[in-house]
Amino acid sequence: MTTKSQALLNWVDERFPLTSTWKAHLSEYYAPKNFNFWYFFGSLALMVLVIQIVTGIFLVMHYKPDASLNASGVPVAFAAVEYIMRDVPGGWLIRYMHSTGASAFFVVVYMHMFRGMLYGSYRKPRELIWLFGVGIFLALMAEAFMGYLLPWGQMSFWGAQVIVNLFSAIPVIGPDLALVIRGDFVVSDATLNRFFSFHVIAVPLVLIGLVLAHIVALHEVGSNNPDGVEIKKKKDANGIPLDGIPFHPYYTVKDIVGVVGFLFVFSAVLFFAPEGGGYFLEYNNFLPADPLVTPPHIAPVWYFTPFYSLLRAVTYPLFGLDAKFWGVIAMGAGVVIFAFLPWLDRSPVKSIRYKGPIFKTALVLFVIIFFILGYLGVQPPDNGGIKDRTTQICSVLYFAFFLLMPFYSKMDKCKAEPERVTS
Amino acid sequence: MQSRTGKGDFLMKTRAMKFVKRLLAAALFAPVVAMAAGAALNLDKAPVSTDPAALQNGAKVFINYCLNCHSASFVRYNRLKDIGLSEDLIKDNLLFTADKIGEQMKIGMTRDNGKAWFGAAPPDLTLVARARSSEFGSGADWLYTYLRQFYRDPSRPTGWNNKVFENVGMPHVLWELQGDQVANVEEKDDGHGGKHKEVSLELKKPGVQSAAEYDKTVADLVSFLVWMGEPMAESRKNIGTFVLIFLAGLFVLSYLLKKNFWKDIH
Repeated sequence: MTTKSQALLNWVDERFPLTSTWKAHLSEYYAPKNFNFWYFFGSLALMVLVIQIVTGIFLVMHYKPDASLNASGVPVAFAAVEYIMRDVPGGWLIRYMHSTGASAFFVVVYMHMFRGMLYGSYRKPRELIWLFGVGIFLALMAEAFMGYLLPWGQMSFWGAQVIVNLFSAIPVIGPDLALVIRGDFVVSDATLNRFFSFHVIAVPLVLIGLVLAHIVALHEVGSNNPDGVEIKKKKDANGIPLDGIPFHPYYTVKDIVGVVGFLFVFSAVLFFAPEGGGYFLEYNNFLPADPLVTPPHIAPVWYFTPFYSLLRAVTYPLFGLDAKFWGVIAMGAGVVIFAFLPWLDRSPVKSIRYKGPIFKTALVLFVIIFFILGYLGVQPPDNGGIKDRTTQICSVLYFAFFLLMPFYSKMDKCKAEPERVTS
Repeated sequence: MQSRTGKGDFLMKTRAMKFVKRLLAAALFAPVVAMAAGAALNLDKAPVSTDPAALQNGAKVFINYCLNCHSASFVRYNRLKDIGLSEDLIKDNLLFTADKIGEQMKIGMTRDNGKAWFGAAPPDLTLVARARSSEFGSGADWLYTYLRQFYRDPSRPTGWNNKVFENVGMPHVLWELQGDQVANVEEKDDGHGGKHKEVSLELKKPGVQSAAEYDKTVADLVSFLVWMGEPMAESRKNIGTFVLIFLAGLFVLSYLLKKNFWKDIH
């Protein structure tokens, strides 16, 4: 480095922790050397977040959150999206990136969460990382839900109507709460504008804050790895973990491979199947919102459907409260229960590699159940028929996976963890 | 109205309520969505084309037959240049509902008029080919089948009914091309103790086009509607091909870079 640029760097370092931050988080942040495929999804989630923010900024330049009808009788918001798709140069690309990005975000985050469950990344001392992560997941769901209203299509409108109405099932405060969320007695222009505000300002701020906390906490304790052993236990004379390698350049170049691979799949969807077979962009959403015409079947977008199934599984009133209320509780619990994983898992080992047959079976079953619930969530209910019964059985098993974990993880026959990571 | 506020009834709609709602929707000539959860639709596969000649013919049919009651309010006339029409050609032959070529395909009929005259305002058709997609087939399949299955029905105010969209408010606008079809209705046992109607169509009076010519006309029209739903679809795929080729190359390079950096890590 030339002396001049060195001098500039020194000047900055005396006023801002530039070099020390670079070292702490990149060039001297030691990550285990045995990361596998599943470890791509953290950096990918970060990249999708950036894609969503950047494309979102450009969309807001042309989008108008206005539910009133234009001269052709089309809601202004709906027309604004078509304006972006047709008249804004490159608008269709930006819009498809954003709509495909929403689904991609959930794909990546679900994979990232599954990684945590595979290798016990939530276990001590990483409980806070996991809790921030659950917070990110919750914020992401709110972000996606409110963003979905903005195109003001039929599914936007009726999906919001259904979900906001759920809040009215809460005893005492419910109806007023739903009213506050909507800002009106029905989903209307007021709802569209407040959802827009939350979608572009409030929730992204929360998301970015939580992502920062997630990463700071991670870099404080260090990354877990597929073996679930702590690399900080074995250090060399310089205090560097024997199984650790600097994040930069090793994992930056490796993550670039992941990023390009991801972009390939992402682009394949974006350019060749942006509707995702009706799952990424629902067909009914190509119709402008019409408060007078209820679609015969209102299905949420695919990433909500496992939880939507939990909601629909509860059909019995209890303690004098409506079944709908308990459905809401089940749906909420289905998400929040992830936060308790660090304390539910009593296994002596972290990684699936050394866990016993019971835990392995339970995790495989859980994944299958999650997919079944997701599938059933897009299907219309069949009034107590085979689908509804399956939903109920799977919902019970879903919660059983978590609630029985303290018992089965403890009695499971685990293998001994190795001293060092295996390659 | 029950379906409007929809409080509490989403999760466990009874079959009867669903039926009432569908009936209500059908009675109001509700567009599109009313059908989706109904009986399975038997749709013919639409021969969708991206050939400029077909699209231009479709544009001609659309503007002459559809763009009087239906708007395509997101499409500007000069967008038709994308399917190979020149500005002069558009101005001289197709510019019926606007003065300037940069204007959108709007119509003179107001929505209130439409409601009063047809029972429901004819929907804007810009996105119809995308919105009509369902588990039974693509939006194009639906349109292709729908536009070929009108039949005479004296009990309807317009004198027409449709096999795909029962009791539709729209009359058979292309009747002089296709001719008059009539329906032979047969009551059949549905195997669950009820009866269901089976409608088969028969061409009673031929139109100016033969059956094959009419199918081609509708195919062109549907192709145009598909194009209109997403005019950038073809360029999207073209760009996509280059993007994927570029990324495939970049993947190889990034992999080699990674391999090089990692050669000392064991």
